Amino acid sequence: MKLQIKDGRVIDPKNKLDQLADVFVAAGKIVGVGHAPADFHANRVIDAKGLIVCPGLVDLSVRLREPGFEYKATLESEMLAAASGGVTSLACPPDTDPPLDEPGLVEMLKFRAKNLPGPRVYPLGALTQRLEGTTLTEMAELREAGCVAFTQANVPIIDTQALLRALEYAATFGFAVWLRPQDFHLGRGIAHDGAVASRLGLPGIPALAETVALATILQLARHSGARIHITRLSTRDGIAMVRAAKQEGLPISCDVATTHLHLSEMDLTSFDAQMHLAPPVRTLRDRDAIREALRDGGIDAICSDHTPVDDDEKQVPFGESSPGASGVELLLPLTLKWAREMGVSLSQALELVSWKPAQILGIPNGHLSVGANADICLFDEHSEWQVSRRTLRSQGKNTPFIGHPMNGQVRFTVIDGHIDFEAPDA
Amino acid sequence: MNRQLTSDGQLKHLLTLDGLPRATLIKILDTAESFMDVGEREVKKVPLLRGKSIFNLFFEPSTRTRTTFEIAAKRLSADVVNLNIATSSQSKGETILDTVDNLAAMHADMFVVRHAQSGAAHLIAGHVAPHISVVNAGDGRHAHPTQGLLDMFTIRRYKGAFHNLTVAIVGDVLHSRVARSQIHALTTLGVPEVRVIAPKTLLPTGVEQMGVKVFHDMQTGLRDCDVIIMLRLQNERMKGARLPSAQEYFKFYGLTLDKLALAKPDAIVMHPGPMNRGVEIDSEVADGAQSVILPQVTYGIAVRMAVMALLAGGAAA
Repeated sequence: MKLQIKDGRVIDPKNKLDQLADVFVAAGKIVGVGHAPADFHANRVIDAKGLIVCPGLVDLSVRLREPGFEYKATLESEMLAAASGGVTSLACPPDTDPPLDEPGLVEMLKFRAKNLPGPRVYPLGALTQRLEGTTLTEMAELREAGCVAFTQANVPIIDTQALLRALEYAATFGFAVWLRPQDFHLGRGIAHDGAVASRLGLPGIPALAETVALATILQLARHSGARIHITRLSTRDGIAMVRAAKQEGLPISCDVATTHLHLSEMDLTSFDAQMHLAPPVRTLRDRDAIREALRDGGIDAICSDHTPVDDDEKQVPFGESSPGASGVELLLPLTLKWAREMGVSLSQALELVSWKPAQILGIPNGHLSVGANADICLFDEHSEWQVSRRTLRSQGKNTPFIGHPMNGQVRFTVIDGHIDFEAPDA
Repeated sequence: MNRQLTSDGQLKHLLTLDGLPRATLIKILDTAESFMDVGEREVKKVPLLRGKSIFNLFFEPSTRTRTTFEIAAKRLSADVVNLNIATSSQSKGETILDTVDNLAAMHADMFVVRHAQSGAAHLIAGHVAPHISVVNAGDGRHAHPTQGLLDMFTIRRYKGAFHNLTVAIVGDVLHSRVARSQIHALTTLGVPEVRVIAPKTLLPTGVEQMGVKVFHDMQTGLRDCDVIIMLRLQNERMKGARLPSAQEYFKFYGLTLDKLALAKPDAIVMHPGPMNRGVEIDSEVADGAQSVILPQVTYGIAVRMAVMALLAGGAAA
């Protein structure tokens, strides 16, 4: 299949490219940008006039819910949802049932995903067996099976010695460890511990839950030399700590979820379980610190933290609801919304959801260099639409953004040179 | 929190006192006043809610609140059904909204709801058909609006007005839905100084943003108070990470005659019940001349009648 993407505005942050150009694809690779290779005859020409042509998005956290939670979502539904959101590579956390702690499970997932249309799937292996925080997994075996890094997902390790050992073992092989900083004991509430939760009588998770855990992780990182990726930062103080650690030269990176770019504790007032997220949305000051740190490089990437939750787990009182929201289809529009509101260029915004997360994953995607995998997203920057249960392709219809207007709609998603998604009205 | 008011400002549900206008609070108190003599009559009934079905949905056990709601509804001539759901369908895996749907299908007009989770009454109010009203009878740590109202009723009966009072709320504010409802009502009704007195472990983060002054000791906190409201300390909180022992708590935060003497001589002492004698309050105070704890219970019936009558659209008796 040879593809010509014609007359689009090509934005490729890695190569500092932002210009009107054609992109040429053959045999799953990008074979030309601007100039067609000799003797190129396209099987299909996509008219990209008025569209942005950028690297396919790389999402650092998409829960596919397999194995174990097929009633919440299936690989098919979530792969399609991701492709329709312009995502061409995704990392899936190991908090499935059973968790991804054995090579066989990882191989099965990779095999199933490979036979479906949709993004490239990069599993994150469990750092400890059954995510219990006590016994190490066979990290080297898991790596061979296809795991790109190791993590506890949202399950904190209570035993600090076990965490140190896990980091030392991972560092031995040069594997990256992804950790969400939340102290188990301080994290036992359900909403940000502040004036709003106090008023609503919701048990609080203080900002300290993040900073105390982060202090521990950073000390252990210094000691072990492990490569650390901090996931889902939520507090201003936490951002400052990661910033200082980077300046000190620690091999550390961090990400934030789209929800936390736009929401704060102020959105909690009606007890809407859609706002039950992990980590909790925090104060306006924290939210503004996140928005600023994305602009100045303090935070390295934006992810959707896509977590399909079924209705039965949201239509209950806030404190009994399951945390999380569907988000993979909103990664692009919510990133664009932030960029518009902050006056950030499209190129800088797209870098945070393509080239930068690709580097964190250590995968060769996230750019449009000649010779690279042909993973490409084409979207209409201005097209306005409204999020509704009907528009969401994910099986999880729950997100705090239901009813919100969005700008930016994906028209085509090309993965490995194939058009895996084409908007119905494109 | 405008879910509880209709577009023309009428009370549709009673979920919280947070954000309710002063005029609405006063109207409820005045209506309750008009019901005060019903309990004294030979026939203790008025026909305001005849033919209406009220379901008391208690997902958490309660004796006093449920009983006073039941009496109030019966005095208004409503049909009352009590359901203790902690021991029935919830344990069979039925969701709270399934339960509500089933009862609504039995032509309920009003749900009185108690639940251990903050926001449960909001969830139900957002789900039921438009003709059904929801009264929050206590949700988690969030709100207990009828208790807050009956406390205001009590204060007004004994003190006449709100604008010249200093009110202290003492004890476990952190876990108390009663304290939150009292604070909102007191500040809305114009009490110039509302104090909370508790150790730091029993105060919610940022409580001062609710309009209260924070004290950690009774000696300064009780000085010149007109009203002292003692909160119940739950058994499970008496010993653990928040407090070392009931004895130490009583020594520093229990209300004794000595400490009561720091307040104004005509100060009244209130407690939402049930009391832990010798933990948060000494028997000499609880049974003493300044205690209005039993009148609170009596007023609770009139206040709940007023709330149900107003929600059902009925006029005053």
